[in-house]
Amino acid sequence: MSSSAPASPPSIPAIFLVFFRIGLLSFGGGVTGWVYREVVTARGWMGEDEFMSGLAMSQILPGTNISNLSIYVGQRLRGAWGAVAAIFGLFVGPFFAVIGIASVYSRLKELPFSDAAMEGVAAAAIGMLLIIIGRGARRSARDPAALIALLATFVAVGLLHWSLPVVVVIVGAASVAAAWLRGPADA
Amino acid sequence: MRDNLPLTLIAVFASFSLVSIGGGTSIIAGIQHQAVDVQHWVTARDFVDLFAISRAAPGPGSMLTTLIGWHVMGWSGAIIATLALFVPSSLLCYGVALVWSRHRGKRWHTALEQGLSPVAIGLILAGVVSLLRVNGGGVLSWVIAFGSAGLLSWQPRLHPLLVFLFGALIFAGARAMAVV
Repeated sequence: MSSSAPASPPSIPAIFLVFFRIGLLSFGGGVTGWVYREVVTARGWMGEDEFMSGLAMSQILPGTNISNLSIYVGQRLRGAWGAVAAIFGLFVGPFFAVIGIASVYSRLKELPFSDAAMEGVAAAAIGMLLIIIGRGARRSARDPAALIALLATFVAVGLLHWSLPVVVVIVGAASVAAAWLRGPADA
Repeated sequence: MRDNLPLTLIAVFASFSLVSIGGGTSIIAGIQHQAVDVQHWVTARDFVDLFAISRAAPGPGSMLTTLIGWHVMGWSGAIIATLALFVPSSLLCYGVALVWSRHRGKRWHTALEQGLSPVAIGLILAGVVSLLRVNGGGVLSWVIAFGSAGLLSWQPRLHPLLVFLFGALIFAGARAMAVV
């Protein structure tokens, strides 16, 4: 189940529209949470492992995670045009929004509590990431090797601030080896 | 180079494209140095404002680049700077995704997906902790983040933007009462 694509992949305009929405709605830094919600939870375009491994890949490659993740999802669903639709959809909204906000910024800054409101939005957006973590942790808990990989990654990157690409390569290699030894049967 | 602004924009931002490993935040200091000290495109004060705007707007944080391009040469500058930053890394990612998907279904591919999945969750967790540390709200940020996660898990049909609005109101309210 984890790596099977939907019977008929979504159309190019459908991919564009979903990423257009993700781009416009992704306030406060929880963009990954939106992509997960739209692509995995709401539409079932991708399985969990497929999404997560693409996410890990997006984080080791140069470029912003979210643009890489969009290209990965678009490519997987509809090849080159899918990737173009996803990345273009993702950027077109924020492109105009950011310039629009810059044009009225001096007035916006005088609004009372606008900073606090943005911090509140950012905190709430983090909640969407917590949901992914909860689901992922529950899945990993069934397999000791996966749980160790999850915790090791978190401690090394989040607490010890080691270099992210180095940690992903080392922990990832060990975790992949464990998954290989365990065999593909239990998805 | 100073006389050819579009080419300089491309040269500066394209050079950041392939070194921005670990997400856009890793190159912000470098962009600041180039835009403020080396090219004199924006003042240090302008840069702080542009950074704040890019954080407040939707989309990836690296929309900061779009704003610098816009600040320097209007709409064409915005387009040039955005493309310069994103095209090189996007092409590389596309190539990797292509190779990746060609091997779908093989045993090593399945192992790769299953093995990388928990690593990605660990990275998200690390990202959440650093985001909550940066966010100015302290304990209230944590409460809102967990409250929003609980609310969205309990009522999956609830639109996240509505939850974000609650977060904004609670934060603004707390600031008004000088709690935060």
